[in-house]
Amino acid sequence: MQSFAYEAPATLKGALAILKDHRKRKCRAQVLAGGTDLLVQMRTVNTAPRTIVDVKRLDETNELKFGPKKTFVGAAIPGVVLCAQKKLNQRHPGLVESIDLIGSSQILGRATLGGNLCNASPAGDTIPALIANGGVCVIASPRGKRELPVEKFVVGVQKNALKSDEILLGIRFDAPKPRTGDAYLRFIPRTEMDIAVAGAGVSVTLDKSGVCKAARVAIGAVAPTALLVPKAAKALIGTKLDAEALDAAAAAASEAAKPIDDKRGTVVFRKKIVGVLVKRAAAIAAERAKGKQR
Amino acid sequence: MSRIHVDTTINGVATEFLCEPQQSLLEVLREELKLTGTKEGCATGDCGACSVTVDGRLVCSCLVLGAEAQGRKIGTVEGIADGDKLHPIQQKFLEHAALQCGICTPGLMVATKALLDANPDPTEEEIRYYLAGNLCRCTGYDKIIRAVQDAAQTMRGA
Amino acid sequence: MSEARDFRVVGTRPIRPDGVDKVTGRANFGADFSLPGMLYAQVLRSPHAHARIVSIDTKKAAKMPGVFAVVTGADFPRVGSEEITGGEGAGDYRDLATNIMARDKALYHGHAVAAVAAVSPAVAADALAAIKVKYKVLTPVMDLDAAMADDATLIDETLFTAGLPEKPAKPSNVAAVMEMKRGDVEKGFAQADVVVEGTYRTPTVHQGYIEPHACVATINQGGQATVWCCTQGHFDVRSASAKVLGMNVSDIRVIPSEIGGGFGGKTTIYGEPVAILLSKKSGRPIKLVMTRDEVFRASGPASATKCVVKIGAKRDGTITAMSAWLGYEAGAFKGSSMAPGAMCIFAPYNVPNFLIRGHDVLVNKPKVAAYRAPGAPQSMYACESLLDELARKLDIDPIDLRMKNAVEEGCQAAYGPKFNAIGFKQCLEAAKRHPNYTKALGPGEGRGVAAGFWFNAGMQSSAEIHINEDGTVTVIEGNPDIGGSRASMALMAAEELGVPYERVRVQVADTESAGYTNVTGGSRVTFATGMAVIHAARDIIAQCKQRAAATWGVDAEMVDWQDGKVIPKPGVNAELKPLTLADIAKGSPRTGGPLLGRASLNARGAGAGFSVNMAHVKVDTETGKVDVLGFTAIQDAGKAIHPSYVEGQMQGGAVQGLGWALNEEYVYNADGVMQNAGFLDYRMPVASDMPMIDTQIIEVANPTHPYGVRGVGEVPIVAPLAAAANAVRDATGVRIHDLPLSPPRVLEALDAARS
Repeated sequence: MQSFAYEAPATLKGALAILKDHRKRKCRAQVLAGGTDLLVQMRTVNTAPRTIVDVKRLDETNELKFGPKKTFVGAAIPGVVLCAQKKLNQRHPGLVESIDLIGSSQILGRATLGGNLCNASPAGDTIPALIANGGVCVIASPRGKRELPVEKFVVGVQKNALKSDEILLGIRFDAPKPRTGDAYLRFIPRTEMDIAVAGAGVSVTLDKSGVCKAARVAIGAVAPTALLVPKAAKALIGTKLDAEALDAAAAAASEAAKPIDDKRGTVVFRKKIVGVLVKRAAAIAAERAKGKQR
Repeated sequence: MSRIHVDTTINGVATEFLCEPQQSLLEVLREELKLTGTKEGCATGDCGACSVTVDGRLVCSCLVLGAEAQGRKIGTVEGIADGDKLHPIQQKFLEHAALQCGICTPGLMVATKALLDANPDPTEEEIRYYLAGNLCRCTGYDKIIRAVQDAAQTMRGA
Repeated sequence: MSEARDFRVVGTRPIRPDGVDKVTGRANFGADFSLPGMLYAQVLRSPHAHARIVSIDTKKAAKMPGVFAVVTGADFPRVGSEEITGGEGAGDYRDLATNIMARDKALYHGHAVAAVAAVSPAVAADALAAIKVKYKVLTPVMDLDAAMADDATLIDETLFTAGLPEKPAKPSNVAAVMEMKRGDVEKGFAQADVVVEGTYRTPTVHQGYIEPHACVATINQGGQATVWCCTQGHFDVRSASAKVLGMNVSDIRVIPSEIGGGFGGKTTIYGEPVAILLSKKSGRPIKLVMTRDEVFRASGPASATKCVVKIGAKRDGTITAMSAWLGYEAGAFKGSSMAPGAMCIFAPYNVPNFLIRGHDVLVNKPKVAAYRAPGAPQSMYACESLLDELARKLDIDPIDLRMKNAVEEGCQAAYGPKFNAIGFKQCLEAAKRHPNYTKALGPGEGRGVAAGFWFNAGMQSSAEIHINEDGTVTVIEGNPDIGGSRASMALMAAEELGVPYERVRVQVADTESAGYTNVTGGSRVTFATGMAVIHAARDIIAQCKQRAAATWGVDAEMVDWQDGKVIPKPGVNAELKPLTLADIAKGSPRTGGPLLGRASLNARGAGAGFSVNMAHVKVDTETGKVDVLGFTAIQDAGKAIHPSYVEGQMQGGAVQGLGWALNEEYVYNADGVMQNAGFLDYRMPVASDMPMIDTQIIEVANPTHPYGVRGVGEVPIVAPLAAAANAVRDATGVRIHDLPLSPPRVLEALDAARS
């Protein structure tokens, strides 16, 4: 019978070898980044012993690159480090907002973008922002590298597209075009510490006259996975994001939402709130696109 | 199941211990090392009573594995005072009566120090949001915020 | 009797004597103890909210390597029915014993059915998994309405409603009914110009102390047990454990650790008898600590309630009649806080006619325990909300309406006794004058006012004072310090003995070292134990005068005590140098032996406590979110011994009350299983949720305490519930009756009003 074990490989090659070996022997191996979700689940809902493979010492998962055309954020960088990154704030302020909201100061000292995404909670705060920013997952396996857009990476409630011998190295984004702004808002009953009842990530690109020429709207905590809502984006494109356009986007978001009743919110409430959040996030994104600071 | 040997530094002192792979740093501190100043309130990262620093970063020790302390610098409440001199944060909490039962206080000492190390002149809102992960049920937070503000002022030499 | 005087140290704000240990992590709380050879205990808990326990098979678990003992309900002695006195909740020892370990039925999800002791928590968990329990699942009864229905499933088939004129023919989930009345309410309502009525519901909530229940117990082969535990009352831990285990009280020694919060929830016991029994069976010390999940599911939350209130008044605001129907959930066993709730609901008001009918109702939830002014927040939430409606209907200022009907000294309280000097009117006046009452409100903002009350307790306390050889002072008392009481005891002893505060140390001693003392609860410690400390100090002073007189060769009536010294009275030999405490201590072997002062009392005349609170909120009408922008707590403390800790009680209680009002509630599924048994989804206020809490201490001296003290700990949680609801009403124009005022409920109410 398998017991708990802990490995902290120094290289990607070493990490992949452990996963490959466990896959072959039909044993459980679990990738550990920040641990803020994994350690809780290991003690409550999913207590089976496994080998914990700590990927925090790998170069690839800690890489943070700001190229002229692309941004790459390593999967194992702690949230508190990402939130302090001025360049990341400049390019993707909404994404940074979403990271900041993952949890308390203590949680942010450990929680990672990669972990939040891989945990694939329907309410994961970074996921709508990742989708709105067109994030693409960079995945390594013994077979090489592959890429997958974030909205295809999360496949179900706490289910991601990784195979048992794959590691998420990080997420890459295209550098934002001029006059592009993004924002992430979520609704919680308190001011901190809660899981999102609803979340909205919006990115808009304006032309020189202030008309929206591109948009991505993603909503979270209102379906088994975060959803890209093309209809809400369509409602913004070609407009100056006036009240009517925002209301239309909100209505499209509420319609696309398929939430459940649970201890954190009701269907009725969530559908309503996600529309309000899309409206407010789109307005902030537009302000940022026009050049205001976060 | 074999135990893991860990070499780490706790409050500046080189320390080694054995732990099970799935044991948390909180369990190790309290049960193996008998450093019971760090408290368990929930074991799910929701109350902050187990706050410590890892390489200077504020974390919940219930969400860190003991094994992850390998090669890291751990800071606990026992390391806040300077020998027989209280840290200004500790002194101000006493002066402002910013503790009643005292169970959340160790976590708040560590969190407040981390806050003021990163932001020596925080606004009231910044203090409240930074400390949102430290639950207190006794004080209603008012005197805690005032103690932090006063400690910040003292530490700035203002 | 209290004397008006200028105090030397009382009323100042020195650092508490136990503070340094608490800011450095040295202070030992319940889970911080270890003993050599200690085993770890864990409890197996029912997965069903209501079930008959058909069989329990522990053979496999008991044989596992590393498992030293297993116990079930069958290992505990039978306990007779006997009322529990001296705690802070109602209850019966037989029910307590059954709550600690189920016998033939599991009565709530999480009810303890077995326990093991093993070499490690991991082995203990494996042992629990090896215990086979057969249940016959029954229909869970999860709320008042279900419990009181004619065809309700019965939780205890031997329970017949108490308090009725005749014993009923059939058993019921209604454990008891109670009636309080004065005058003739029908006539009173008939006299009224305006009558208002409302139904209000509050959910099950938890005290939310950050430290889970924890104990270490060890018993020797002679049957003598020692227990370290976090508790509000170690003498009660001793007596309750003795009853549950059929032991002599003198064979149990309880040593209180520091306590990480209690608020009433630690005035009863859960694990201590289990740990003692496991120690007996294993021959080893046992550590038993609850997880946070267990604290929510299996300790004692506060009653969920339904209160139907009716108030009649004349056009000028004079109240002619008040009536209330109160339904309180007791949980799995009888004994909710319905009775004190009924005592308090109308207590601030001079009402010529009232009728209160209260019901104590069983449901398949954990047995409720005390929570800070138990019963009063719920009932007064209803009345203070309805008074707000009445004020609007009459177009009278809500403070003026209360002032017009306010009780004062000499009035007969709704619950019986005549009020001594009290400070309700003074609190109302202070509220009216307070700048926060007239502060301008922005868009979407509202302000709400409410009154709070608690009768406060006296009860038994013992205190001893030792004068050490160098004249320093050691105070021995028996109340675990949950809010700074050591500082207050030191201040009172220093005041009385005329010594510097820093020369006094206060020890919270165990059951074998302190005289019998009732719980730290009921807002009684500064009042009753403070009184005992003062009396013990006066005992010391009397002895000092005798010793000095003996040293000087004069009669005892020839000397006086002044500013910490014995002096000869005027006219007696003026050349005699005054003798300090240190002088007398030094000479004590020659004058009669060690200086020991003592007092033990059952304190009478606890002064009733009143408060007036104001909440300032902003409501986001698109989301239903309520933000608290400001809160003002005004309360009569009689005499604030240490003002910082009085303010601390006011602020802490205010924030607990706001949490109760805004977001806290137990969420259950259809099977009676709690869905939010953690701090993530049981939403207590965090630092960023709250503003500064403005406080104003009113001091109307309580004549029965030497310094005028009246209890302050519990009143603060009462008024915030209605203050918040009244503020939301003010902000939105919509009255919401059921707590909590969480965003979905507020939004639903706003949408309903808009359509």
